[in-house]
Amino acid sequence: MSHRARQLKVSSLARVEGEGALHVTVRDGVVERADLQIYEPPRFFEALLRGRSYTEPPDITARICGICPVAYQTSACNAIEDACGVRIDGAIRELRRLLYCGEWISSHALHIYLLHAPDFLGYPDAIALATDHREIVERGLLLKKAGNAILDLVGGRAIHPINVRVGGFYSAPDHARLDRLAQQLRPALDAAVATVRWVAGFDFPDLELEHELLAAHDPARYAIESGTSLRRSAGTGFEVDAFSNHIVEQQVPHSTALHASLDGGRYLTGPLARYTLNRAQLSPLASRLAAEAGLGGECRNPFRSIVVRAVETVYAVEEALRLIEAYRPPEPPYVVVPARDGVGHGVSEAPRGLLYHRYEIGADGLVRSATIVPPTAQNQAAIEDDLRQVVAANLELGDQPLTGLCERTIRNYDPCISCSTHFLDLTVERQ
Amino acid sequence: MDTPTLAVFKLASCDGCQLTVLDCEDELLALAGRVRIAHFLEATSAVEPGPYDVTLVEGSITTAADAERIRQLRAESKVLVAIGACATAGGIQALRNFGDVAEFASVVYARPDYIETLATSTAVADHVPVDFELRGCPIDKHQLLEVLTAFLAGRKPDLPDTSVCTECKRRGLTCVMVADGTPCLGPVTHAGCGALCPAYRRGCFGCFGPMTKPNVAALIPRLRAAGMSDGDVDRVFHTFNAASAGWSS
Ligand code: SF4
Ligand code: SF4
Repeated sequence: MSHRARQLKVSSLARVEGEGALHVTVRDGVVERADLQIYEPPRFFEALLRGRSYTEPPDITARICGICPVAYQTSACNAIEDACGVRIDGAIRELRRLLYCGEWISSHALHIYLLHAPDFLGYPDAIALATDHREIVERGLLLKKAGNAILDLVGGRAIHPINVRVGGFYSAPDHARLDRLAQQLRPALDAAVATVRWVAGFDFPDLELEHELLAAHDPARYAIESGTSLRRSAGTGFEVDAFSNHIVEQQVPHSTALHASLDGGRYLTGPLARYTLNRAQLSPLASRLAAEAGLGGECRNPFRSIVVRAVETVYAVEEALRLIEAYRPPEPPYVVVPARDGVGHGVSEAPRGLLYHRYEIGADGLVRSATIVPPTAQNQAAIEDDLRQVVAANLELGDQPLTGLCERTIRNYDPCISCSTHFLDLTVERQ
Repeated sequence: MDTPTLAVFKLASCDGCQLTVLDCEDELLALAGRVRIAHFLEATSAVEPGPYDVTLVEGSITTAADAERIRQLRAESKVLVAIGACATAGGIQALRNFGDVAEFASVVYARPDYIETLATSTAVADHVPVDFELRGCPIDKHQLLEVLTAFLAGRKPDLPDTSVCTECKRRGLTCVMVADGTPCLGPVTHAGCGALCPAYRRGCFGCFGPMTKPNVAALIPRLRAAGMSDGDVDRVFHTFNAASAGWSS
């Protein structure tokens, strides 16, 4: 095997959101490079937000990603309200959390059943899986539909909800409609519990990661729609408005995307980070299921992220039911947020990781500058590091199974490549 | 007869329109029984080469490579359907058409010289003939199912070509402009969403793009009377369908 160079290439990754490719080079048994190439064309959101009214980013930034539009809408609202010195609490905040739970349920169910599970079971997709196990795929679709029902009712539609505005909502649902929603969510809770037990039985490749972990934190509950601070696995964490003091995005030579670093180091956001840093705040049922599924005090195997997603889905369905139970329609459904000259920061936990927005707004109510740091940009360095480790540990595999394993490694992160606010379309030069 | 093949491709976009296919939870498995999904990267790693019977394309053309790709897709597709505001009007990313793309790139990237992109974002129909354009950002799931069933049955889709106003009337909604004085683009916006925003007491902001022959000139004074400044009027037409011919007047 001396002086043998191996090239693994996947020119278009499947079952991820957006378009990307994979390129691994191994020379003499050493992994020379492992690139997750992003060829998603740039869409320049941060540039086109300049000069828009401060009321517009929730609608505009939703269009960054069709799978997690609520995350974009919510981080945008959080940041703009922060800039204007308004804090949203009470019934409006609870409704926002309910909407976000809908996105978690829908996005997690989509990823677990339609994008990720086929990897563990050896199928190219969920439709092929359904020919052998129709009831399983139907369970996933039921769960996804329940999440979408929340998005439809509270947000107006599942993709790019129209009911979200800075300060709250255009209108709030009444009790009768939420009661009907609750009836749909109860069977979804059973489906979510069954999902944890199902995925816990998958075969997980061994891989333990050292990446630092970062997640939003709320002292009162499992952070979803906002966080009062950021928690990290090493060190004491920091306030949301100190985000850019710690997280720096850089253009790296030989890479196709901006890589974010946390105080100069590699780090990871998303389900593994949330579970490891905030698991004490999960509900009793979700905690019990996590223990039953063998997740332990922390989870550092990215292949097990599917189990964490399933546990979080249980939490989100329960939380949605609790929020509906305690619901009082906010009257009016929004707080008036007057524009003022200022800078605001906002985070929320998108299903695939931390999403940060920063806006500078003028007294005229127009956006002067916008910065958006999506989860996949933050996780990119960690994904590539995992690829190097997975390849190094499995060099004896043939090209095809090794390539398959690399694709799975990427899908562990449910990367949303379409969030091309920050990705480069750069041709990688080869010798 | 062979099972017809369905392909789904994306260009510059958010994936929301193709996700609408997967959001047909009740119909997905039935649909998969009637067509063979030959290419749909978001959903399957099994990929077949063309030709395809029906191809759905999401997203706009913003790179030279995509301009080439759409020509190839046209050649490989019996029926080509452009789905969503990106594919039918250039999408939100067409705002670059009114600015300077190099300046846009310099705002977002430290090394804008690495960025390969066209100065414009354009619709699929600006490059190749399309068989049908389905509007919306995102498209409506019921309309998508109608389009798919129609083309699979070899007929033209039966979709309304009226304004959002007519959908409001059909639903019996109170007009937000008349009752609340809320500015609304409903009178000039293509039908298809089922009058979603007015149902939530919000004015339409035009995500389905212009209807056929919209009377924009008549609406603008009403928008001003409802409190929109010149800048507001300008911006509301310059969002998800900014590059659409119907509104550019
Ligand atoms: S039209 Fe809208 S929903 Fe569809 S891909 Fe473009 S941005 Fe996404
Ligand atoms: S903006 Fe107009 S077209 Fe879009 S969902 Fe709202 S009412 Fe419908």
